[in-house]
Amino acid sequence: MDRALERRRAPLNGLPRWFVAAVAVPPAAFLLLFYVWPFVTLLARGLGGADVAATLSRSDTWRILWFTTWQATASTALTIVIGLAPTWAVSRFDFAFRRVFVSTLTAVFVLPTVVVGAAFLAVLPDALDRSIWAILGAHVAFNLAVVVRTVGSAWERLPSDLDHAAAALGAGPFTTFRLITLPLLRSSISASAAIVFLFTFTSFGVIRVLGTAGRPTIEVEVWRRATQLGDIGGAATLTILQLLALGGLVAWTTVQQRRHAIAIRGEAPRRRPRPVGRQIAHVTGAVGVTTLIVAAPLLALVERSLRSGDGYSLAAWRSLGNNEIRPGLRLGVDPLGALQRSATTAVWATLFAMVIGATAVVAISALGRTGKVLDAGLMLPLGTSAITIGFGMLITFDTPPVDWRAEWWLVPIGHALVATPFVVRSALSVVRTIPADRAAAAATLGASPVRAWANTTLPALRRPFAAAAGLAAAISLGEFGATSFLTRSGSDTLPIAIERLLGRTGRLFQAQAFALSTILAVATIGIVLLVDRGGDRARRS
Amino acid sequence: MLDVRDVTVRFGETTVLDRAAISVGEATITGLLGPSGSGKSTLLRVIAGIVTPDAGRVVIDGVDVTEVPTHRRSVGMVFQDEQLFPHLDVGANVAFGLRMAGVGSAEREDAVAGLLGLVGLDGFARRTVDRLSGGEAKRVALARSLAPRPRVLLLDEPLTGLDRALRDRLADEIETALRATSTTAVWVTHDADEADRVTDRVVHLGDL
Repeated sequence: MDRALERRRAPLNGLPRWFVAAVAVPPAAFLLLFYVWPFVTLLARGLGGADVAATLSRSDTWRILWFTTWQATASTALTIVIGLAPTWAVSRFDFAFRRVFVSTLTAVFVLPTVVVGAAFLAVLPDALDRSIWAILGAHVAFNLAVVVRTVGSAWERLPSDLDHAAAALGAGPFTTFRLITLPLLRSSISASAAIVFLFTFTSFGVIRVLGTAGRPTIEVEVWRRATQLGDIGGAATLTILQLLALGGLVAWTTVQQRRHAIAIRGEAPRRRPRPVGRQIAHVTGAVGVTTLIVAAPLLALVERSLRSGDGYSLAAWRSLGNNEIRPGLRLGVDPLGALQRSATTAVWATLFAMVIGATAVVAISALGRTGKVLDAGLMLPLGTSAITIGFGMLITFDTPPVDWRAEWWLVPIGHALVATPFVVRSALSVVRTIPADRAAAAATLGASPVRAWANTTLPALRRPFAAAAGLAAAISLGEFGATSFLTRSGSDTLPIAIERLLGRTGRLFQAQAFALSTILAVATIGIVLLVDRGGDRARRS
Repeated sequence: MLDVRDVTVRFGETTVLDRAAISVGEATITGLLGPSGSGKSTLLRVIAGIVTPDAGRVVIDGVDVTEVPTHRRSVGMVFQDEQLFPHLDVGANVAFGLRMAGVGSAEREDAVAGLLGLVGLDGFARRTVDRLSGGEAKRVALARSLAPRPRVLLLDEPLTGLDRALRDRLADEIETALRATSTTAVWVTHDADEADRVTDRVVHLGDL
């Protein structure tokens, strides 16, 4: 058939226009209302001439920018150096608990940053617990999964015969690593370094828990200026300064990666060998030390939640439902209430993210080029720090008729904004693997376009939607950045309550914070492991 | 010169080599013939030190090298799929072994030019390896392996993936290069004609 004719006739079997329009409106409106509008408002406030001049002329601004940059650089360098050994072990060998090891690293990566901060507070001695070492340690533990997953996927595709070829030419193991392996991994190492730098440059939760007043990152300073000092213009200018710095980084990394990309032909081996001889000691060492770095702080959380003045007790756990310091005197933090609020918020955030994400997936796959615009738009919140999102919403929805700051749904909407990209990505990747002829086959059997779609595409989306719902819930449970701006006093979520309890003096408050952190860690890790197992089952089937 | 004595290799429950033995004389080309899965490549990997045998010894020039790591054995290897280093150009690939041996850069450059001439690739030194044809890549792999003058050169089905005409031509060229450099070589193939044509002696793996 003539191609033009084919194109003209294709909509006959496509979804009806009214249906596509109906499903495209909710995600587009959601994006415009809750992301684009706040973002533009933030830009307008931040680019006001007086605020820019005042902020840039303040020596504090440059001190904060310097601290933010160097701690991110040091965190990134340490994460890469420490991460290469476990990456080698998991990409080259099969060993007992390999999958558990990788899953543990991934679970730590998705832990709420406040929990990671609390865990390092729990594991380090008092002399170190609010030092730069604590910050660097937390950043390393949190981001090791980025290196292991990103560099690991490149490393396992490097044929081991390249190493053998170098050895046959006289290169020892270290020389082979330096001259062959490292240059070939350069592109993936720089990709993971860029991601880690991005995360640590925009570090908020870890710094709020482990930093001191003299050591804020730009994110923390934005929050402090906006919510503590009322300097909205200065905070907005700092946000734009950060966006510029990150934009520059992303552009530079993209150029570098294009320049140094080396095509490596090869696939991951179906079966990795077990380590033999000296390799056993090296693999055990790499995996053991890494496990210690990520697991010890988490175990310390549990231990510290049970520690009381003269031994161990369940006092902190038992007192979670009681927010009175003395009869009639309330602390202002309600641990059990925060737990319930977080659970409710997670349910609503998941629901919002699923509705928006699901309608977006249908619209994107039916809209062609216009769909790509919607797809790209919905991904924007992923590249925007949660602080920017929360701050933008705070200064946009503060005047009637859109003074929504006290509305119960604003926090879940903020969380849904961050979670929706995951719903869209995981579902779209499945939709794109479904052959178009499957719907055509249903049509030839008499199914209407909507029915054909419901019978061919919808069943394939159950698993990705279930996984995305899990991720959305996990994201909402741990979300701290946007929530710091949007939550009202007395309606704290779990991460906010943890941060506030850790800021109080008193052994019981600290232990309560560690108990809440333990609950949040277990919930998040549980959800991630379930999602991971679901993904594995889907891949196998 | 090279003695492989009663080498046994097991991968889990599977015995890949069972008391295999072979002797190779100085400056000769020995063909190793056998069907797929007969353990030819495994035997080469044992000789190179890439696979450690469960039993048996590998002796080169009277010295037991069974426990010596690959990079100290002076055993060169041409891999089935060449394994050229993709981030280095042709010249740097060929010079790699010389660099490991501590040869100075001027001397390396001369040697690389000579070796590329020997395999018919004059002027290829600055070319990136992803721009080489299949036959050119095989020639570069041979030149790279010959560069550090290994005591034994192992060729693991070096002509795999080439068409018949190119295989025949390249087989002759490789033989010429090996003879010109008086290299002791073990040449693995599953093609009896190829083995008869270019080697001094053919050993069937089943006979070991």
